[in-house]
Amino acid sequence: MARIVIDPVTRIEGHLRIEAEVNSGAVSDAWSSGTMFRGIELILRGRDPREAWVWTQRICGVCTTVHALASVRAVEDALGIEVPENASLIRNIIAASQYVQDHVIHFYHLHALDWVDVTLALKADPGKTSQLAESISPWPKSSRAYFKAIQDRVKALVESKQLSLFSSGYWGHPAYHLPPEANLLAVAHYVEALEFQRDYIRIHAVLGGKNPHLQTYLVGGMSTAMDPNEPQATINPERITLLAELASKAQAFVDQVYIPDVLAVAGFYRDWFERGEGLGNFLSYGDYPLGGIKDSSRFYLQRGAIFNHDLSKVHPVDPANVTEYVTHSWYQYAGGDQNGKHPYQGETSPQYTGPKPPFEHLEIDQKYSWLKAPRYQDQAMEVGPLSRMLIAYASGHPEVKAAVDGILAKLNAPATALFSTLGRIAARAIEAHVMAGQVSKWVAELGDKLGHGDLRVHNGEKWDPDTWPKEAQGFGFHEAPRGSLGHWVHIEDKKITNYQCVVPTTWNAGPRDAKGQRGAYEASLLKTPIADPERPLEILRTIHSFDPCLACAVHVVDGQGRRYTVPWVS
Amino acid sequence: MLPSNHSLSGVLQQKGINRRRFLKFCSLMTATLALPPRYIAQVAAALEKARKPVLVWLQFQDCAGNSESILRSSHPTVLEVVLDLFSWEYHELVMAGAGHQAEAALERVVREEKGKFIAVVEGAVPLADDGVYCTVGGRTALEIARHVCPNAAATIAAGACAWDGGLVRAHPNPTGAVGISEAVPQATVINLGGCPQNPVNTAAVLVHYLTFGELPAVDQYSRPLFAYGRIIHDQCERRAHYDAGRYVQEWGDEGHRKGWCLYKMGCKGPQATFNCPSVRWNDGTSWPVKAGHGCLGCASHRFWDTRSPFYDRLPTVPGFGADVTAGEIGLGLTAVVAGATVVHGIASAVRDRMRPMPPAVPPPANNEPPRKG
Repeated sequence: MARIVIDPVTRIEGHLRIEAEVNSGAVSDAWSSGTMFRGIELILRGRDPREAWVWTQRICGVCTTVHALASVRAVEDALGIEVPENASLIRNIIAASQYVQDHVIHFYHLHALDWVDVTLALKADPGKTSQLAESISPWPKSSRAYFKAIQDRVKALVESKQLSLFSSGYWGHPAYHLPPEANLLAVAHYVEALEFQRDYIRIHAVLGGKNPHLQTYLVGGMSTAMDPNEPQATINPERITLLAELASKAQAFVDQVYIPDVLAVAGFYRDWFERGEGLGNFLSYGDYPLGGIKDSSRFYLQRGAIFNHDLSKVHPVDPANVTEYVTHSWYQYAGGDQNGKHPYQGETSPQYTGPKPPFEHLEIDQKYSWLKAPRYQDQAMEVGPLSRMLIAYASGHPEVKAAVDGILAKLNAPATALFSTLGRIAARAIEAHVMAGQVSKWVAELGDKLGHGDLRVHNGEKWDPDTWPKEAQGFGFHEAPRGSLGHWVHIEDKKITNYQCVVPTTWNAGPRDAKGQRGAYEASLLKTPIADPERPLEILRTIHSFDPCLACAVHVVDGQGRRYTVPWVS
Repeated sequence: MLPSNHSLSGVLQQKGINRRRFLKFCSLMTATLALPPRYIAQVAAALEKARKPVLVWLQFQDCAGNSESILRSSHPTVLEVVLDLFSWEYHELVMAGAGHQAEAALERVVREEKGKFIAVVEGAVPLADDGVYCTVGGRTALEIARHVCPNAAATIAAGACAWDGGLVRAHPNPTGAVGISEAVPQATVINLGGCPQNPVNTAAVLVHYLTFGELPAVDQYSRPLFAYGRIIHDQCERRAHYDAGRYVQEWGDEGHRKGWCLYKMGCKGPQATFNCPSVRWNDGTSWPVKAGHGCLGCASHRFWDTRSPFYDRLPTVPGFGADVTAGEIGLGLTAVVAGATVVHGIASAVRDRMRPMPPAVPPPANNEPPRKG
C-alpha cells in the first residue's frame, strides 16, 4: 500500500492537494484538501453592500463575474429590488457566455493534456490527420498543410529542448491511448481554442468593460446604458452587431470543434465511462430567469436534486436543508465539531491544526482542509454541469434532452454512462452547445428591446441608502459554470454586518463530514486504476473532470449565528 | 548559438506570424512604453536576436485573474509573443505537469537558471500564523517566495495582491497578507498594479527587459512610469463632458446614455493613474468607464481601502467646476486625499521624458490605513 500525494494539482484554479492510498494498482481511499485561505467574508464587514459585488468577484478570476452576480442578487433580495428586464437579460448573456468561455478553456487548456500526449503528435501523418478532421467536422481549418504547420511547430519546440509549459507532462504514460493523428488534431485545436476564447470574451468587454473582473454590475441593474441613437451609449446598434457576431462564431466553434473533439476523445477512452462515478447525488439551484428572479418555474435551467442515480425523480430543492460540517476542516464550532450547521447559523473560527510546514503528509484522520463539508439533507452532493444537465434532462428540458440524446446516440452509450469521468466532460460540452445558442437568442432579444425604445437598465428606487430599512437580509444564488453558488448578506445601518458564500467547489472538493461520508472528489477517485504511482495521471483525469476552483471553495462564514428566512422557498 | 529557426522571428514565422504582424506588435510595445517611434527597429532587432529566457509564474493567495488576463491579452499577438519570448517552465494554472514533476520543474529553474530567469508573482503572501494560510506542495508561500524570488533576475508583481497585498490585505487583513516586495525585500521587484494587471503592460515590461537588458523606469512604488505615470481623468474620453459640467446624475439617465462624466457616480478617475483608457482591455474593446461604470482606482496603492467606498463622490476640491484644468484637479486631489499615489508634477514630467525621477514625496508610511466609513 502506498500513499500518493499530488500537490500542487495543476491546471486548476487555486491550491488543491490530493492524497490517495493505492492498493493492488487502484485507489482504495482518497483525501481532498484546499491549502489556501483568504477570509474575504471577514474583509467585507462594515462596507457598503452596494459594492459587495466588486469585492466578492475577486474570490475568483477564472469564474470571474459569478460572485458579482450572486452578490447583487443577494443585496437586491435583501432590499426588495426588482431589476428591469434589460438588466436581467444582460446578466443572462454575461453568465451564459461565461459558461461557453469557461467550458472551452477547461476542455482544451486545463483538461486535454490528461488525454492528449503532445509528443505523440510528432508521429502523426498530417494527411491522415486531415482525413480524420474532415470525417468528424465541417470545420474549415482541416487541410494537410495546416496540420503539417502545427506539427512543425511542435517539432521546433521539442528540438529547442525548451518545452516550456509542456516540459513536465506525463508524456509516454501507458494510459494515453489516442492515435498520433488524434493527438495532432487536439494540439491544433488547443491553439485554436486559445485564439477563440480571447476573441469571444470581448462579449464581456462590451457588457462589462473588461474581463477578467467585469465592472458594470449595480445593485438594481447594470451600468450599461442603452440608446439606439447615441454612439457613446454602452449598448447601441453597433455593439449589438458585434455581440451577435461573437455569439454566432461561438456556436460554430462549439458545434464544429469542441463537440466533435469530445466525441473523438471519448471514443478512444470508453473505459472512462465506467470510472470516476462518484456520489450519484446531484444538486442545482437552477438559473437564467426568463421572468422575475423569484419565479423559479421560469428559469431556463431547472432547479432540483437527484439522489442515488435515479433519473426518474427530480426532487424539489429547499436550501433550509443545507448544512456545513467542519469535523475534518481547519475550523472550530462552539457547539462541537460533530454537528452540521446551516449556513445561517454558521461560525467562523479558523484554527489550523495541521502539520507544521514543510510537511510530507496531512493528518487525514483528523482535520485536513481549509474547505468545509457542505451537505444537503445530510448527504454529500455533486454540483456542476453534469448535475445541471442531468436535472434538466430528467425534467424534460427540450433543448437539453435533444442534445443529450444526440450525444449518447453518437457514443452508443446509455444515459447511465453519464455517471462518470467522461460523463462530466460530455455534460460540459452539451451545456456549452445549449448555452451558446441561448447567448445568440438573448442578444437578439436585447437588440429588439433597444430597437423598440425599452432602454431601462437600472432601478434606482433604492440606490440611496437613506431609503433602506435599518436592518435587512437576503440570499442570492447563481448556477456558476462549476455549480451551485449561494451568497447570504445581512445589512444593518447601511453596512454589511455578515456575509457568507457557499460555493460550487466546496460542494465537490470538500472533505469528509462527521459521519465520515466522503466528498464528491474523494468518492469519485475510489477504484481508479493507477498504472504508475510516480505519475498518477488517472487521478488527474477524474479530478480535472470536475473543473476544480479552489479560490472559490475556501471561505469563512460568520460566527454570530443569525437566523435568516429563505426568500425563494417561503 | 541556437539554430536560426529557434530565434523569435524564426519561431514566429513557423507560427504563421509574418514580419508585418511582428512589427505591428513591436510598434504597439514601443507605443505602450512611450518610446519614440525610432525605437521600433531597436525593439524588433533585440527581440529577433533574443534567446528565450526562462520564466516562472508563481500563484499564492490569488484568484488567478492575472493569469486569465494574460490568456485574454488584448492584442492578437501579445500572448503568442510572450509565450515565444520566454520559456515558461512553471505556471500552475496551465502547465502540463503536476505534483512532484511540477515541483521539480521549479526547482530545476532555481538551480540551473540562477540570476537569469524572470519570476512573475500573482497573489499575496500570508505572514500570520507561520504562513499556514497558503501552502503549495506542503511548503508555505513565504518559503517558496524566499527560495525563488531572490534568485531571479527580476520579479514582476502582477496585480494588486502581489504588489501591496491587495484585497487579501484589506482591513482587517485576516491572514497577515503582504505584497511580494514586503515578503521578500531582497528581491528585485517591479510592481504592476491593477485588478487585474493589464497584459499589454506586462508584455511591455518583458519586451523592455529583452530590448534594453534592464527593467523600465519606475515611480516611488516601483511601478513602470510608462503605465502608471498619467492620471486617468486626463486621458478619459468623457473628459470634455466634465469640463463642460455635464454629469451623469442617475444610472441610466439621459447623461448616462450620452456618455457624460461619471464623477458624481463615484468615479475615481481624477485620483488614479493608469494607462487603462488608452490601452483598454480585450483587444482594445472597452474599459470600465466606456462600459458606463466609474473607475475604482484599481491601480492605486492599497486601493481596496484607500479608494472605497467606491460609490462615494471624491471630496470636493477648490475650483471644482467647468473651468479647471486637468493639472489643477490632479494637484488639488493629491493635496486633499491621504495616500494619493502619484504627485502630479511627476506625472507631467514623465509625459515628456521617460526617465526615472526621484520621488518628490516619500511614499506613505506602511501602516494600516484608517478604516473608512
